[in-house]
Amino acid sequence: MKLYEFEAKDILRRYGVEVPQGIVISRGEDVRVKIESSSLEPPLVAKSQVLVAGRGKAGGIRMANSIDEAINIVNLLFDHPIKGLKPKYILVEKAIKHDVELYASVTLDKSERRPVVLASLYGGIDIEEIAREKPESIVRYYVDPVKGLMGYEARSVAKKLGLTGGAQTSFSSLLQALYNIFIDYDADLVEVNPLTIVDGKVIALDARIIVDDNAAYRHPELAVERVEGGEVSIWESKARSMGLAFVELDGYVGIIGNGAGLTMTTMDLVYEYGGAPANFLDIGGGASSERVKKAVSILLEYPKAKVILINIFGGITRCDEVAKGIVEALREYKGQPKRLYVRLSGTREEEGRMILEEAEIRVYSDPREAAIAAVKQAEV
Amino acid sequence: MAILVDSNTVVVVQGITGREGSFHTKLMLDYGTKIVAGVTPGRGGSEVHGVKVYDSIIEAKEEHPDINTSIVFVPARFAIDAIYEAIDANLKLLVVITEGIPVHDTLKAINYAKSRGVTIIGPNCPGIITPRESKVGIMPSHVFTRGPVGIVSRSGTLTYEVSYALSKEGIGQSTVIGIGGDPVVGLTFTEALELFEKDDETKAVVLLGEIGGDMEERAARMIAQGRFTKPTIAFIAGRTAPPGKRMGHAGAIIMMGMGDYESKVKALEKAGVLVARTPFDIPRLVSRVL
Repeated sequence: MKLYEFEAKDILRRYGVEVPQGIVISRGEDVRVKIESSSLEPPLVAKSQVLVAGRGKAGGIRMANSIDEAINIVNLLFDHPIKGLKPKYILVEKAIKHDVELYASVTLDKSERRPVVLASLYGGIDIEEIAREKPESIVRYYVDPVKGLMGYEARSVAKKLGLTGGAQTSFSSLLQALYNIFIDYDADLVEVNPLTIVDGKVIALDARIIVDDNAAYRHPELAVERVEGGEVSIWESKARSMGLAFVELDGYVGIIGNGAGLTMTTMDLVYEYGGAPANFLDIGGGASSERVKKAVSILLEYPKAKVILINIFGGITRCDEVAKGIVEALREYKGQPKRLYVRLSGTREEEGRMILEEAEIRVYSDPREAAIAAVKQAEV
Repeated sequence: MAILVDSNTVVVVQGITGREGSFHTKLMLDYGTKIVAGVTPGRGGSEVHGVKVYDSIIEAKEEHPDINTSIVFVPARFAIDAIYEAIDANLKLLVVITEGIPVHDTLKAINYAKSRGVTIIGPNCPGIITPRESKVGIMPSHVFTRGPVGIVSRSGTLTYEVSYALSKEGIGQSTVIGIGGDPVVGLTFTEALELFEKDDETKAVVLLGEIGGDMEERAARMIAQGRFTKPTIAFIAGRTAPPGKRMGHAGAIIMMGMGDYESKVKALEKAGVLVARTPFDIPRLVSRVL
C-alpha cells in the first residue's frame, strides 16, 4: 500500500523529522478559505498528491509567489491529470530555498534478507542514473534486524557521506527515524528524496512510504481514501477490487493460471506459438469456485480477450473447484460467447474434467495443445 | 539419499484442523509421510484422519519425541507464532505453506531460525518431496517418480509441470523443493544447491526461476565459481512479461539491472547452465547430461 506524500510527511514529523510547513486540500474544499486560514506565507509550492511516479515531469508540482497565485495553481492542479488521473488531494507547502539535494532510504534487500539503508549526497530525480554511473557515491548499510539501526551506525553512514558537525548529527537522526518508521509501519520502503540541509538541519522535501500489503491490517490508522490510478487500467482495478492479480496486456488471448510462475509460463507459451496474451490473471493458490467464477467472468467481459486459455495445475488448488467456477461463470454470462481452452492437471483432476465435459467444454491435459488451439482460434 | 526429507522424517502438522491442513494431512498420509501429531491451540484431544491433535508442539513431543519436522498451515495472522513455537521446540525443518505473512515477520523469523540451526522452507511454498519416501507439502503426488534429478523451484505449479514432464519421459527425481514465492523466503537456491552437491543420488539439478529478485544470478555465480559442480538445467518464467511495477528508487538501486529475464539467462548460460526455452524442453536437456 503506497502512502500519499502528505501522509508520509505526517509520519516523518511525528518521528522528529523536519518537513516544510504545509496543508492538505481535498477536492471539493474551499481552496481560498483553506489557504488564507492557514499561516502559510509565500513563496509556496503546490504538489499534486498522486500514487504514481513521475509527477514532477507531468506538471504536478508548481511554485507560487503569492497567496492568490497559490489559489489559482491549486485549482489548476485539481483539473490537471497525472498519468490519466486527476488528484484528490493537493499539498500546499512553504517553499524551502535550498542548494543541495540528498537521498536517503530504508528498504528490504530481499536477497540479503536484511533491511538496508541507502544514502547519497546526490539526491533528486536522477538518483537511479547516479547509482548506475557512480555506484560508489551511494552508501549502503545493512542492518541486523534483531538489533535495529543504532546511533553509532547511523553516524558512520553520515560520516561516510562526508557530512560533519550539525549536518552529520541531523542526518543520522533522520536515518534512525526512517528505520524506525520502516519497522513500525511494516514498510517495504521509506524514502526521502530529495532532502536538503539548511543551517546544519535536515529537511525532508519529498517522502515516499510503501506499506507491506500483507501487514496493512495492522495499520487501520492509514485510512484515507486512496486513488490507485494512472498506471492501473479500469480492468485492472476491477479485478483488483475482487482480489485478483491482473495485468492488462496488448494481445488477444485471455489468460488465467494458478501461480505466478505457471501463469507467466502460459503467456510465454502463447507467444511461442505465435499468439499474444491479452492479460495476466493469477487466481493464486487454493482458489474457491467463487474466485474462479470472478476471474472467468472478468475475462468473458474483457473485450481484448478473444478467446480464453485457462491453465491449472492443481496442488492446493482443486480442479473440481476450478471447473465449477468456470461452469457458473458461463451460466451467468449473457454476452457474446467466447471459446474456452481449459487445461487441468493435478489435485482432483478427474472430478474437474467430468464437470467440464458435462458442460461440453473440452479439457486438455497438455498445456501446449491448449495454447496452440487457443492461438489458432483467436486468429480466425 | 535425497536431501532434507526421507523415511526418517517425522512430521507434526500445525494448523491440522483447518480446511487445507486437514485436506493435505490426508493426502500426505496416503503418500506414506510419517505424520504422528497435529497441533491446533484449543483443539487438543481431537483427531484428524486418525492423527492425534495437541494444543502445543511441546505436548506433542512428549508423546512423540521423534518429531523433527513441521508443516505449517496456520492462517497468516497466527503463522508467525506457530513458526517460533516450532523453532523453540528444536525441530530441524519447517515447511511453511501459509500465504500472506507480513514480510517483516518472515524476515525476523528466518534470521532467528538461522541462529538456531533450523531450516525454513517457504513461506507461501508448495513444500518438499522425496518421492516414495516422504512428502511434506501440498503437491499432487502422482507427478513425481524417484530418480537422479533434484529440482529446486520458485514456482509451485511450474514445479508440478516440470516434474510431470520428466516423469513421463522416465526421468525420476531425488528431491523436489518449492522454495516459495514470497519476496523473502528461508531456503534459497544457493542453499538448496549446496545440499544437492553433497547428495550422491542427485546427478543433475533443474532450477526453475522467475523474473524478479536475483536468486538465479546468485546461483549462477555459485556455479561459475565451481561451488556447485553437477550438470544444471534452468528455466526462467516470464520471458514475455512486461517489466514489473517499480518500487521507489531504492529497489532499482539495489538491483542494478539484475532481475530481468535477459540478466538471468545470461548469467546462467555464462556459468555453463543449459537454459530451456519452455518447461517442456527440460526433459530433453536433462537426458543430454545424465
